[in-house]
Amino acid sequence: MATLTSVRPPAGETPRRPRKRRRERPGIAGLRRSLSRHWTLYLLMVVPLVWFAVFKYIPMSNAVLAFKSFNVTKGIWGSQWVGWQNFELFFHNPVFWNLVKNTFLLSVYTVAASFPIAIILALALNEIRNGLFKRTVQLVTYAPYFISTVVVVSMTILVLSPRLGIVNEGLGFFGVPGIDFLGNPDYFRHIYVWSDVWQTTGYSAVIYLAALSGIDPALHESARIDGATRLQRIRHVDLPGIMPTAVIILVLAVGNIMAIGFEKAFLLQNPLNLSESEIIATYVYKTGLLNADFSGATAVGLFNSVINLVLLLMVNAVAKRITGNGLWS
Amino acid sequence: MSVQTEVRTVPSKRSERRAARERRIREPRSDRMFLICVYLLLSVFFLVVLLPLLYIVASSFSSPAAVSSGRVLFWPVEFSLRGYHAVFENPQIVQGYVNSLFYTVVGTIVSVTMTVAIAYPLSRRTLVGRNVVMTLILFTMLFTGGLIPTYLVVQSAGLLDTRWALIIPQAIGVWQVIIARTYFRTAIPDELVEAAQLDGCGDLRFLWSVVIPLAKPMIAVVALMYAIMQWNSYFDALIYLKNPDLFPLQLVLRNILILNTTGGGAVDASIVIQRQELADLLKYSLIVVASVPVLLIYPFVARYFTKGILIGAVKG
Repeated sequence: MATLTSVRPPAGETPRRPRKRRRERPGIAGLRRSLSRHWTLYLLMVVPLVWFAVFKYIPMSNAVLAFKSFNVTKGIWGSQWVGWQNFELFFHNPVFWNLVKNTFLLSVYTVAASFPIAIILALALNEIRNGLFKRTVQLVTYAPYFISTVVVVSMTILVLSPRLGIVNEGLGFFGVPGIDFLGNPDYFRHIYVWSDVWQTTGYSAVIYLAALSGIDPALHESARIDGATRLQRIRHVDLPGIMPTAVIILVLAVGNIMAIGFEKAFLLQNPLNLSESEIIATYVYKTGLLNADFSGATAVGLFNSVINLVLLLMVNAVAKRITGNGLWS
Repeated sequence: MSVQTEVRTVPSKRSERRAARERRIREPRSDRMFLICVYLLLSVFFLVVLLPLLYIVASSFSSPAAVSSGRVLFWPVEFSLRGYHAVFENPQIVQGYVNSLFYTVVGTIVSVTMTVAIAYPLSRRTLVGRNVVMTLILFTMLFTGGLIPTYLVVQSAGLLDTRWALIIPQAIGVWQVIIARTYFRTAIPDELVEAAQLDGCGDLRFLWSVVIPLAKPMIAVVALMYAIMQWNSYFDALIYLKNPDLFPLQLVLRNILILNTTGGGAVDASIVIQRQELADLLKYSLIVVASVPVLLIYPFVARYFTKGILIGAVKG
């Protein structure tokens, strides 16, 4: 953004006085003036702002429920304060460590698998010239991103089904007996992660491809004159070129590690693989909405949100120190 | 299919070689090997993504017996449309389809209107207070109240078990607001605003007759993002809806495909027979039917979609 606006004054013109653009004046006077000039625009914002207040900020204040014992008749604010009791109950619950472990491992595995693969796909696509092959590969690998989670999970279940699944047909061909992939907790994480890689790699690669196309071609040419091979150019030109993008994406991914989505884990769950597939988000849904323990579930959710916020800020700070690129640089 | 890809790769490889010869700087010999590896790698990516899709589509066009005996690979066996007949004879699925169309159309209109209404004022440099508002909006990306507190708001707003429960609580996406605001700021020059003001054109009129026509490509991208999100979502329906008549297609799909339930008494005769074979086949056809609308429009919008992602990414 900053670069775009600063580029605008055409070079070569005589240095001119900064044009007086009617910018906002600080303080109450400025606000009053702006209000009288732009009252229609302020009016336009009212409905969306009310929406943000109702559906984003009221839920945040409703999160005090975590420190109360919810009573339906008294409502959120009338319910009795219980301090940290809901949190203590959760921390002492035997499922606590298992939930944290499952959530953490599932996301770390997802990031570890999908982050490098997307970069590899982008680098490979960038090596070949524009043509039918490149466009076809891109179009096909990008497509699964647009398929819904329900459909991807259904496809996974069908493909891996012990009775008809094509994978077991293939294994049977080599004399391997049928495997009930989804019924075995050991396979759950692999299924989750690799179906995710299948779905999102093409999409993630697009972002890196854009970063790659922004690299100055002169760098590549001078490297070639110096006799650099393609592999060397990837290492010394392409990779440093996409580093800022990669850092931002990694920061976002690592920062969201404990916020891994409910949708897919819930769909892939069944009573047999629950020991590995129960994550914090699905646990909140079950205790809160299915067992109607509103306070307990809110406490678990709040615990998760706070951990997540802390993680994001920490990772961002580390990334900023190491590479100079952060989310708010 | 694999034969076709072979045919496709050969000419581009040849032209690649020719081009390499013409280039003044000779490519090192190792590069040729490397390039072959790149093509191999890309072919692997291509097949890994394509084959499962082909398997599903091929199965959906096969006969129930062929599917149940596992004879289908990547081409239909004993071509038949029985699966599709079963899909369209199932009232639950048809109802879900109609519901999803409604949610997608109405939801997209509401979302786009709200997004423009908040993003445009925030893009105007002379608007005092826009930074405070933007910070408040961005903060909702970092911290949320959580599932239960949001559920309680939806409940007390009286939206539970109504169609609006799928439209209003998710109406605005912060990401889309960022995209729209960035676009307004970069594509609409300040000079244009000033000129309009000199001519006595008010802010709303300017928005309606200058900004929106200029921002059509961005609005299309944002609308598509919302539409695809709405079409593909099932979670809100799962938590907010009890009445099966309101279920969107994705929730119906989940009940049939993942929970293996074909529903209560209101099912067609062909399913009452409960032939396992047909029930199996139905799943494949259902997947195709549910994904076709999105996959049909996607190749045409993919380019703009990419642009939209990048506009948002500039801000970070």
